[in-house]
Amino acid sequence: MALENLQQEGFLLTRLDEVIKWARKNSLWPMPMGISCCAIEMMATASPRFDIARFGSEVMRFTPRQCDVMLVAGTVTYKMAKVVRKIYDQMPDPKWVISMGACASSGGMFRSYPVVQGIDQFMPVDVYVAGCPPRPENLLHALLDLQKKIQGEPQLGGRKAGTAEEGHASATTVQSA
Amino acid sequence: MTNAEITEKLKTLVPASILSVEEFRGDLTVVIRREDIVRVAEVIKTDPSLAFDLIIDVLGVDMYRPGERFEVIYNVYSLAHRRFLRLKVRIPAEDPTVPTVTGVWPGANWHERETWDMFGIRFPGHPDLRRLYMPEEFEHFPLRKDFPLMGIPDSLPLPRR
Repeated sequence: MALENLQQEGFLLTRLDEVIKWARKNSLWPMPMGISCCAIEMMATASPRFDIARFGSEVMRFTPRQCDVMLVAGTVTYKMAKVVRKIYDQMPDPKWVISMGACASSGGMFRSYPVVQGIDQFMPVDVYVAGCPPRPENLLHALLDLQKKIQGEPQLGGRKAGTAEEGHASATTVQSA
Repeated sequence: MTNAEITEKLKTLVPASILSVEEFRGDLTVVIRREDIVRVAEVIKTDPSLAFDLIIDVLGVDMYRPGERFEVIYNVYSLAHRRFLRLKVRIPAEDPTVPTVTGVWPGANWHERETWDMFGIRFPGHPDLRRLYMPEEFEHFPLRKDFPLMGIPDSLPLPRR
């Protein structure tokens, strides 16, 4: 639609879907699932220096009922997995998950009996972030990737949009900066 | 008080309980008969010239050998004399139990729970011998030498994806 139309008529036309997705992606409230050292970088991401508020995600809520995206930041043990899953289940739909760092994504350096070798064994993941720990820029990149995913823009490899629950193959990985 | 004086004192107080005494780089280690550990603990805590009143750690060792497979080690400290002492108990594989020392040092409570959790060594008389780290329904002892590093498949259930 041309801009002169807007000036003449005073409104824009679009699809409702697009508006809803646009609104959703720009106010993703994170559930800060900070369970080890990655949480320090997650806190730094919320600090003024990196300022996650620039992307509409500054409202970290410590109740899952008000959250859209879970940031799993840290090593998940088998004992903790039940807790993480329960909190994820308490989040209202639609919901997304960012697996932050090597431990959450793959078990990281903890290749031993108590550590789950990747949280995708018990919950869906939308974006994996590499790094040990990832820098705040890296987490922000993951957030931007998630926003693209929600808007339905093609990402690396032109994968399908939607939450990871809808299509398991649709997760994406953020490379180290 | 030097290590030699501590050894001398122990040999006069509890001569029958001491199996051997080692010293390595200034650290004194006394191997105690298993049945006597509580009595020895009481003596070294209450005797004013020893006064080992602080339990630093209780830990297990799996030597993975026939006969006396396990060891339990007690690191104790005397706040008054500023001395460390290590007590050692050797335990057969077929009966992995040691009497609890929580009656002497209440601080040993969680240390003994940890040793039970990791090595499967029981402490009769312990007030609350539950697992410390692993889930309560877990059936294995991870720090035993015959436990595989990556665990036993399906012994730790995950939530369904």
